[in-house]
Amino acid sequence: MKDTVDSYVTDDGRTIGGVMMDMRGITLRFGGVEAIKDISFDIREGEIRAIIGPNGAGKSSMLNVISGFYHPQEGEVWFRGEKRPPMKPYQVARQGIARTFQNIALFEGMSVLDNIMTGRLTHMKSGMLAQALWMGKAEREETENREAVERIIDFLEIQAIRKTPVSRLPYGLKKRVELARALAAEPKLLLLDEPMAGMNVEEKEDMSRYILDVNDEFGTTVALIEHDMGVVMDISDRVVVMDYGRKIGDGTPSEVRNNQDVIDAYLGVAHD
Amino acid sequence: MSADFLYGIEVVINGLMAGVMYALVALGFVLIFKASGIFNYAQGVMALFAALTLVGVMEGQVPFSHLINAVFGTEIHHFGWTVPAFAAILVTLGVMIFFAWAVHTFVFRHLVGQEPIILFMATIGLAYFLEGVGDLMWGSDIKTLAVGLPQGGSLFVEDLTAGLGGDDFYGFFIDKLDMVATLVAIVLVAALIGFAQYTKQGRAMRAVADDHQAALSVGISLNYIWVLVWSLAGLVALVAGVMWGAKSGVQFSLSLIALKALPVLMLGGFTSIPGAIVGGLIIGVGEKLFEYMIGPMIGGATENWFAYVLALIFLVFRPQGLFGEKIIERV
Repeated sequence: MKDTVDSYVTDDGRTIGGVMMDMRGITLRFGGVEAIKDISFDIREGEIRAIIGPNGAGKSSMLNVISGFYHPQEGEVWFRGEKRPPMKPYQVARQGIARTFQNIALFEGMSVLDNIMTGRLTHMKSGMLAQALWMGKAEREETENREAVERIIDFLEIQAIRKTPVSRLPYGLKKRVELARALAAEPKLLLLDEPMAGMNVEEKEDMSRYILDVNDEFGTTVALIEHDMGVVMDISDRVVVMDYGRKIGDGTPSEVRNNQDVIDAYLGVAHD
Repeated sequence: MSADFLYGIEVVINGLMAGVMYALVALGFVLIFKASGIFNYAQGVMALFAALTLVGVMEGQVPFSHLINAVFGTEIHHFGWTVPAFAAILVTLGVMIFFAWAVHTFVFRHLVGQEPIILFMATIGLAYFLEGVGDLMWGSDIKTLAVGLPQGGSLFVEDLTAGLGGDDFYGFFIDKLDMVATLVAIVLVAALIGFAQYTKQGRAMRAVADDHQAALSVGISLNYIWVLVWSLAGLVALVAGVMWGAKSGVQFSLSLIALKALPVLMLGGFTSIPGAIVGGLIIGVGEKLFEYMIGPMIGGATENWFAYVLALIFLVFRPQGLFGEKIIERV
């Protein structure tokens, strides 16, 4: 069913569309080390797509290829039906692909509100002179962007810390602010690099709920890397499994869970 | 009030104004250092170059005239027109922005991610290159910068304060140019802070200063921001060049004011705009007061070294400066 290009409706009533992002034969090398070996997979409109695998499998490298931080030596990246030329990360961001980082990359010296406002930069069009002189159009734009940011602040329930400098926040909240900044860009595709790493159970539940809500309410396509298998299986529509830079599984959570290669990669193979 | 005390106050006021002049130079350093981690040794030469260009444009001097005359055997030196100060300042600003773009595109874009010492060496090279270009373009003679800034002591202040401490006190001597420089510096700093806090480009600039990776991920082009920052440093250099040029003539020793900015930065911290201001003021007041009170006891001329000794003391006890970010290395 899910191999066709046609859209389909999930059990919980969401519509999954055609292919949005298509990775074809991606190979990424660092010197002599192959971090990713000839991997192909796609991400469809409106789905939550997970990339899982043991440490060092190349998951983050794959996310960095999608977001333009790494450039693969071989393979093609197709986005919304067009082959993407090699792009800098800021160009990728302007195409509507937002991301978070495994080790949190926030602007530590700025307030929560300012951090989230930077997510709106791709939506600000008025020129430098108008900005500097704070004239009509620039002012209107600022107001509109502030409203968009306030909606996201409400959505992620971080009203209480709006004015707090990010450097004073605890880890879990930083992760949430980083998500808020990515959401502020109103991305077509949201990339999350271990959004729940280092969180306690309660925080993980909150984060899972936010990811599901983002996908459901805004229709945002989500691709995420996660270690917590329980969480991944619960929230994702399809899962790619990587091990040592290779793709060893791809399918729905139940398909992947019963895949012998995947079981071996996670539990180890008995050498007898 | 005794006359001595009033003289002391006068010394402090003059020190504050001298401090503003130091702060103007230090400001340019902070802008670039914060956004790109480059300690720009060429900031002083940029101020000199801006002042030279401004005078050259105003007087209708032909750039590179000596070179042109030597190659083609011509005898041209001037276009034969003069340009009003306001228009000339705009032209000079344009030149500084072009310079910013060229510096980034031809030098620092290729050095991204290099060690700070390599970037620093590159700015030393840049400083001497720019000094040479300035010489070649506009000649090496001392020029007067007449942009219409008032000169000399303010009679108004002198009359107003005369007789405060008795008949033998003749009033405060405050340089009019220093007063203008203070006003201009206040406007400039307010504008810079407003730009950084409330505009899209300012927000992007702060973002780049904070975290490159995160800045890229929200769609900020680092190259664009770096050119912008060098342009702003060029603007600051222009203002500093105009003020210093009007004060002591446009001459090549102007580039040495960069050395005066060093202790200011060590006091204020390399990454803080308020720090550059406060550092400048402390050094300005400190060296004037020290000269006034201690100077006569030890033979004077303390202004030459006071700032550096103060900076050394700071390096020992508070290396990050008053406002700088504390450097913590995670192990």
